[in-house]
Amino acid sequence: MADDMDRVFKALADASRRRLLDLLHADQGQTLGALAARLDMTRQAVSQHLALLEAANLVATVKRGREKLHYLNPVPIHDIQARWIGKFERPRLDALAELKTRLEGEQDG
Amino acid sequence: MAKHTYVYVTYIRSTPEKVWEALTDAAISASYWERENVSDWKVGSDWQHRLPGKSPDVVGKVLESDPPNRLVTSWAPPSEPADPAKTSHCAFDIEDLNGKVRLTVTHSDLDDQGLKDVSGGWPAVLSNLKTLLETGRTLPDPFGAVEGHPES
Repeated sequence: MADDMDRVFKALADASRRRLLDLLHADQGQTLGALAARLDMTRQAVSQHLALLEAANLVATVKRGREKLHYLNPVPIHDIQARWIGKFERPRLDALAELKTRLEGEQDG
Repeated sequence: MAKHTYVYVTYIRSTPEKVWEALTDAAISASYWERENVSDWKVGSDWQHRLPGKSPDVVGKVLESDPPNRLVTSWAPPSEPADPAKTSHCAFDIEDLNGKVRLTVTHSDLDDQGLKDVSGGWPAVLSNLKTLLETGRTLPDPFGAVEGHPES
């Protein structure tokens, strides 16, 4: 868990990678070539940045034919938001405790 | 009108069976998603997404159903359930990575309004699903930070 979040913060700690996320936020599903054309960077450098972003789960890729399309995946960023912005000390609901029992009880099925 | 695709990925310490159940069981889906997913999940069947006991907010068909690996549904507003222009498609791919599950949600054919509706919602739903399956409880007020957030 800590490793996952470390990867997210390391991936975000670079202006070029944040710029790549901005480009995907504006226009989802771009190829490496399209992204490289919009940045003052070599294709190889963009490819390395994208690999880091993908390892941090900030970018998801989908293969379409011979093309690989890149999508901004905001789920890890939401996890960060939920960690520090949510209301954490609310009383827990009995129903959810029951749910835990139910989910854990099915492990040996 | 331009159509959009969004792809969301989350890694969950769970099993494909539990992730499948969480997506398809009405009571469990209501616990982390506010709304329950209701269907028999057979190909060709109807499915509904609704506040428990209320009329649906989303209706559609089950297009593919391969438990616990892949589920594809169509999404349409109940007022225009058969209008292709208003219908989007959502694929859930569940992959077992030895103790971890990669859940990929690919929501495609979204019009501008549909994109607005889902772009704030999916990350909250998936975060909460992950928390539920990993800890047995959901986040308090999971959608509090989303509601009223001006999603650009």
